[in-house]
Amino acid sequence: MPRIKVPRKSTAIDMTAMCDVAFLLLTFFILTATARQQEPLAVDTPSSTTQIKQPTEDIATLTIGKGKVFFGVVGPRVRQSTLDKMSERYALPFTPGEKNRFALIESFGVPVGNLKQIIKMDGADRNKAGLQPGIPVDSISGQASELHWWIYNARVATKELNGTELRFSIKGDSKEEYPTIKKIIDILQKQEVNKFSLITALEGKD
Amino acid sequence: MAELDTSGGGGKGGKVRSKKASTRVDLTAMVDLAFLLITFFMLTTSLNKPQAMDMVMPDKDEKEQEELKVADDRTMTILLGSKDKIEWYMGTVDNPTTPTVADYGKNGIRKALLDKIKSVKASTGKGLFVIIKPSVKSNYKNVVDIFDEMNIVNVEQRALADISPDEVALLERDGIY
Repeated sequence: MPRIKVPRKSTAIDMTAMCDVAFLLLTFFILTATARQQEPLAVDTPSSTTQIKQPTEDIATLTIGKGKVFFGVVGPRVRQSTLDKMSERYALPFTPGEKNRFALIESFGVPVGNLKQIIKMDGADRNKAGLQPGIPVDSISGQASELHWWIYNARVATKELNGTELRFSIKGDSKEEYPTIKKIIDILQKQEVNKFSLITALEGKD
Repeated sequence: MAELDTSGGGGKGGKVRSKKASTRVDLTAMVDLAFLLITFFMLTTSLNKPQAMDMVMPDKDEKEQEELKVADDRTMTILLGSKDKIEWYMGTVDNPTTPTVADYGKNGIRKALLDKIKSVKASTGKGLFVIIKPSVKSNYKNVVDIFDEMNIVNVEQRALADISPDEVALLERDGIY
């Protein structure tokens, strides 16, 4: 009997379609990924077992580290409006160009008088470690502190533009001493902001 | 190019045919790389959003300094000292029951908390009330850790309060201030 010959098939598969799909997905993920923002004050957040993610809208972040406080609010329009209110309060006029540049600054930590210099710098210079001294948190001769007004005006601006309450999150450094944190919590509580969140990294239960 | 023909003139039709190379490229390595990058971006995009621990503070009225009244027998006060140590006691500071120095974490304060939750539940039928008082010497990580511990053992009734001089003395006595 003649043997039936099984034709030998090649093991090579056409990878073209797979390659197409892979790169399509890759492009999608690269485009949707939010780029890591450069921060002028690097902090090492403590970890907790909390699994709730931080919201991305209507949120202001108070970064605390090395005794300094930095303030940042999400959204260029809210930032601009906050700056308008601050310039009114401290009688410091800003040009439209400066306002536009300020709207792109993620987070800053200078007294309001030095804000113009910081706005003038470009991103890389501005975010150099140790350059910005932090926002003044102490009330001087009965006047509420600058941070108080930044927080207050950001809340008003969010309410006016988006009609929502601004949420606050505190991003503190693990090593930061408690009194500094307490000062910030007190400023928030003075404005009856009794709800805020602490930003933490994830850890296990043990 | 200027090359000498050394083939000896044999053969008909002296045209040299170039070999037809296959246009197929092996894409396996490329696909490997693409999937590796996909995995990387997928994991980093979902992980880089930080976690937010919610804190609710009681309303602070500066005109009325009214102290929160809670039964002594179900109140646990936790003092945060230096060197990552905790001191906790039951009852009031004038007459503290079992002031104990403990560590953070699973084998330290969590054991004491779970213990007290059980005994308070057994004796009063209500939940434990915890007051957290960080001292000047404690850091932010300690505060987050202790609140996290509250979340793990499910103590809903808790408050952050200022430390009193008596309690500082208690910490000093045990050498963690």
